[in-house]
Amino acid sequence: MPTKTTFDTHQRAAPHRLNQRATCTVPIRTVLAVLAATTALVLTGLWVGNNVNMLPLDASSNAPTYDALFKVLFSIGTMLFLGIVILLVYSMLRFRRRAGDLSDGLAIEGNLPLEIVWTAIPAIVVLFVGIYSYDIYERMGGMVALNDHSAMDHSAMAQSAMAPGRVWGGIGAAGMDAAPGGPVLPVEVTAMQFAFIFHYPDAEITSGELHVPTGQQVELHMEARDVIHAFWVPQFRLKQDVIPGQPTVLSFTATKAGTYPIVCAELCGPYHGGMRSNVVVHEPEAYDAWLQQNSPNRTTT
Amino acid sequence: MTLANPSDFNGSLQPQGWLRYFSFSLDHKVIGLQYLVCGFLFYLVGGALAGAIRTELVTPLSDFMPRDTYNEVLTLHGTVMIFLWIVPVVNGAFGNYLIPFYVGARDMAFPRLNAVAFWLIPPAGILLISSYFIAGAAAQSGWTAYPPLSLTTPAAGQVVWILSVLLLGGSSIFGGINFIATILKLRRPGLKLMQLPMYCWAMLGTSILVVLSTPVLAGTLILLSFDIIAHTGFFNPALGGNVVVYQHLFWFYSHPAVYIMVLPAFGLVSEILPVHARKPLFGYTTMVYSIMAIVFLGLIVWAHHMFTSGTPPWMRLFFTIATSFIAVPTGIKFFNWLATLWGGKIALNSAMLFSCAFIVNFVFGGITGVALAQVPFDIHVHDTYFVVGHFHYIVYGGTVFVIFGSLYHWYPKFTGRLLNEDLGRLHFLLTFIGFNLCFAPQHWLGLNGMPRRVAEYDPTFTTLNQVSSVGALLMAISTIPLLVNVVVTALHGKPAGDNPWNALTPEWLTSSPPPVENWIGEAPLVTEPYGYGQHQDRGREVQA
Repeated sequence: MPTKTTFDTHQRAAPHRLNQRATCTVPIRTVLAVLAATTALVLTGLWVGNNVNMLPLDASSNAPTYDALFKVLFSIGTMLFLGIVILLVYSMLRFRRRAGDLSDGLAIEGNLPLEIVWTAIPAIVVLFVGIYSYDIYERMGGMVALNDHSAMDHSAMAQSAMAPGRVWGGIGAAGMDAAPGGPVLPVEVTAMQFAFIFHYPDAEITSGELHVPTGQQVELHMEARDVIHAFWVPQFRLKQDVIPGQPTVLSFTATKAGTYPIVCAELCGPYHGGMRSNVVVHEPEAYDAWLQQNSPNRTTT
Repeated sequence: MTLANPSDFNGSLQPQGWLRYFSFSLDHKVIGLQYLVCGFLFYLVGGALAGAIRTELVTPLSDFMPRDTYNEVLTLHGTVMIFLWIVPVVNGAFGNYLIPFYVGARDMAFPRLNAVAFWLIPPAGILLISSYFIAGAAAQSGWTAYPPLSLTTPAAGQVVWILSVLLLGGSSIFGGINFIATILKLRRPGLKLMQLPMYCWAMLGTSILVVLSTPVLAGTLILLSFDIIAHTGFFNPALGGNVVVYQHLFWFYSHPAVYIMVLPAFGLVSEILPVHARKPLFGYTTMVYSIMAIVFLGLIVWAHHMFTSGTPPWMRLFFTIATSFIAVPTGIKFFNWLATLWGGKIALNSAMLFSCAFIVNFVFGGITGVALAQVPFDIHVHDTYFVVGHFHYIVYGGTVFVIFGSLYHWYPKFTGRLLNEDLGRLHFLLTFIGFNLCFAPQHWLGLNGMPRRVAEYDPTFTTLNQVSSVGALLMAISTIPLLVNVVVTALHGKPAGDNPWNALTPEWLTSSPPPVENWIGEAPLVTEPYGYGQHQDRGREVQA
């Protein structure tokens, strides 16, 4: 039966494979060029990571730690991205097919040493990034077991002020944040469509804005009334979902006085985009004044 | 056991000519094109919805549409783009068209199941979109449908959404079973697994993910619908339910869904690059193993979507590490593609431009992805525009670019005509510039405080949102040259001949368009689908 196939691979003789082997005859100029290009790439990445600012003001003790991680990731990312794009564009131009050239490229089907190298590169990079970000996370207090009460002794007051029960997640109060010796300021956060309500159990203040002093660790005990919300302060680099039925906790220490947005970051209904509040960070004296002004017990003090 | 005897069903009872594209055809090529055209129509719908979102975001105020309509639009946009455009096209369209050729079969293993899988899609899609008009309100809780929000938004729209996604999931599972059976059981005698074109491996891996994870989504959504209709309390905290469990179950499917969308694209790129670079695919064996590694890792990384959801610390740690390690097999693939191009004879045609741009976009999205896998990094940018930018670099910059590249590559096979290159390059340029203009600024917006899924935002973000919207407009305009090209070419295009690219994979070793049952005579045995450069005179030989 005639076929339209003019070329049938199984009729070919066993083809000779050109499996390129690593040789020791790489010209010294190539080695130098590769080294120079790699150095330039690393320096560019480091420069970009350290000089291009992509982040808002850092206003919590956790933020500079985050920003250090960001710089590392941004530097490595820039190196990898630029390296790959430059290689790609170079190949597209250098190995462009000339008009009328119907021949094939070299029959290189693989190169084991080379493939091992570029398996190792991402493996080493992600291992380093993983260990480094674990360290950062631990310093943020993220690895604290939230229901281990021995680790939360210093917030015993907060515990007593809360409904008893399990805390389901969040960032605990025993990171490097922990103000040594200083008391923790507990605040109960209730999220609902479409507002945050802040209650200060010690001062018996209820507020629509969060007021905190600089330098004191704040522990937010959060629960949602209706749907899932998320408490996010971009300047603190912290976010925690606020979940109905499952209390969560978020600790931070503000470092810079100012007013920063609190943003709901979990779709919670039609006015989700409007569910915003402010966190007002005071110097300690100004915070005490605010407490005095708003406390229902101020006549007694 | 004989799985299928094609001559039983591809006989004269099947409609011929253009009518067969509207019929319950059992021909895998017809079904493939049905998937493609149907998916593209839904892409236009999803694109119009995206246009509405970007129009709303031109100004910081919610002033273009009502707020609940905005939530309906963003829910439909996500659902349509994922379940009706990307998954069906990158799996169903190209999978159905190409896999039988690649394994040397005359059709898929289960042709009737195949037709059923396709014909579930148009009604499911129409049902989904019509919920906006018929049920009074479409779903408003995002494509993630997190309870309790999905339990409190208008019930009819949410239930229709669930029904529609269940139908689409069913279609996906049928397709997955079919691909696994076809690749493993219908291979032409003499063709070994490690001789298959890379797209077969990609589809085998993808189908394993589909079959393992889609039923979990189906079960979850059925429970969610019980909560809505029968007021059970699986995910309702007021009745003792647990909302975070829903998230675990949802992401157990929906993270693998990312690989269901990108692995086939990896496969398609692995077919396009060697042909237009005239070089063998570099590192075939490691490419196969890295696909399987991605499949395995893809199943154990889902909780990285939940770092702020109240997951325990050990879980955050585990999912950070597992997620980061996906970069290793993925990195191998990208370096191997670069090595495939190195030293080649690269034709910079539209198919190649889209494929190379895919590498640029996906590497960018991959790097932000590794960053997002780190818990402390993610805690700041989770649920922000940074994430929106990231995943559009993966699914649009990655997969949709590959779909367009594949269209330019295989259109001559589908129709026998070559798409116009000038219009193709214009399409590419508009898409590439528009895409980057639209999504690159979103990373900065997220880092600086703009959450996702909002109709209103801080006025300091106005300029970059407007840049992003201009990019979206360019992307909308880019579909015009594409549509003109496809229609005009179909009518008056340059005849392509059987094998315009001198490609070696089996679909090119038959006529364009191919006959019913793919080959007149015996299927060729192609043991070296990437054997470029072994016979320097072969290009001319095929042309002659």
